[in-house]
Amino acid sequence: MEMGWRWDFTYEILPQMAIATLNTILAAGVGYAIALIVGLFFLLGQRTPSKIFNWINREIVEFIRSTPLLIQLFFVYFVLPQFGITLSAWLCGMITIGLHFGTYMSEVYRGALEGVSKTQWEACRALNFSTIYTYRRIVLPQAFPIAIPGMGNYLVGIFKDTPLLSTIGVAELFHAATAVGGYNYRYLEPYTLVGIIFLTLSIPAAMWVRKLERDVNISQGKIKK
Amino acid sequence: MTYLEFLNEHGITLLLGTVTTVKVLVCSMILYVIISMIFGLMRLSKNPAIQGIATVYIEFFRGTSLLVQLFWAYYVLPFFGISLEAFTAGVVALGLNFGAYGAEIVRAGILAVPKGQWEAAHSLNFTPAKRIKRIIIPQIFPIILPPAANLTVELLKATALVALVTVVDLTFEAKQINSITWLSAQCFGTALLIYYIMARFALVPFLRWLEVLAARKVGKEKI
Repeated sequence: MEMGWRWDFTYEILPQMAIATLNTILAAGVGYAIALIVGLFFLLGQRTPSKIFNWINREIVEFIRSTPLLIQLFFVYFVLPQFGITLSAWLCGMITIGLHFGTYMSEVYRGALEGVSKTQWEACRALNFSTIYTYRRIVLPQAFPIAIPGMGNYLVGIFKDTPLLSTIGVAELFHAATAVGGYNYRYLEPYTLVGIIFLTLSIPAAMWVRKLERDVNISQGKIKK
Repeated sequence: MTYLEFLNEHGITLLLGTVTTVKVLVCSMILYVIISMIFGLMRLSKNPAIQGIATVYIEFFRGTSLLVQLFWAYYVLPFFGISLEAFTAGVVALGLNFGAYGAEIVRAGILAVPKGQWEAAHSLNFTPAKRIKRIIIPQIFPIILPPAANLTVELLKATALVALVTVVDLTFEAKQINSITWLSAQCFGTALLIYYIMARFALVPFLRWLEVLAARKVGKEKI
């Protein structure tokens, strides 16, 4: 076997990797969208009038947060068919990522809501605003900027966890690299390319999140320009 | 097959896998703590070369996926004549990856120590090394331990990935049992439970205890 980097092989596999990259971005995007919504449900589930229901919700969130995504993927992928629900690997992956990061997202939302000062609520009550009106016009506009950095971080986080989907056979970037590597029995170029592609996508994304965080802090008057 | 029968037959295998998971966790924890200390300090160095190295390291390991790093360490390094055992490759990849995240925590912790402490140490004519070692470092622990605890729980979860480079840990055993028996709910369910118990009833209490200890060391009682 030839040692060292082979450029001809790199060019040969590049188109295949580029297409797989699109799949990775798609998976991250869809997973993120699901997580945003699931997070909302977990958040609401912890703020109901029923104490027991809140507690159950809290425990579910804790459980999902402290167990590995990898096994959750296997669980969804292998166990659901036993109950007669056969989903494609894509769908399983999206559901699991959505659930897993949805719990993180609910924490981000919770932190943001708690970041809004209590006096804002009191003022709204004094002005006789309804709860919905208070949320819509007073609390959420103030909570949203606080949530942005956390939300952005998890977008990057989901993106970096998409390679796990390859373990259940979702044809994303890492899956393509493993397939190409196995076919040609050369792993140096495919895996290195995956690393480079991830770097070129996630570093700008992380920088953008950091800039966003700074902008939010400036607009909130926490730091000066 | 009832669940008890399942446990009776495969419980030992899962437990042995758990032992390996704990070993991976402990080794990578030690490695990541050392790395984050070194690179966290390097990141604050006034020497641009040292700071540059630390920045590149941190951005590189935070920018790529842990799984990619793991596979790179196990499948690609042999191309360069470095063949690591699966266990070593796993620990090294985990340690380097989490070390990058930890370095940022250490950096933030050092910056959070009040400026007066630096100035006081300076005016008492402490050498720079002594200033860091005796004054600053002991004070950063109460600051960095809460975020470091979160990171360590993430590390426990991440150890599951080493199964993919053939380390025979809990995840690996669960997968193995699944492919023999097809009792997916039982084996993956049990694995999830074991991870949950390890995180919630062993690792987190241990880290909380460390936080209390660190707070007491600098004279800040923590309830």
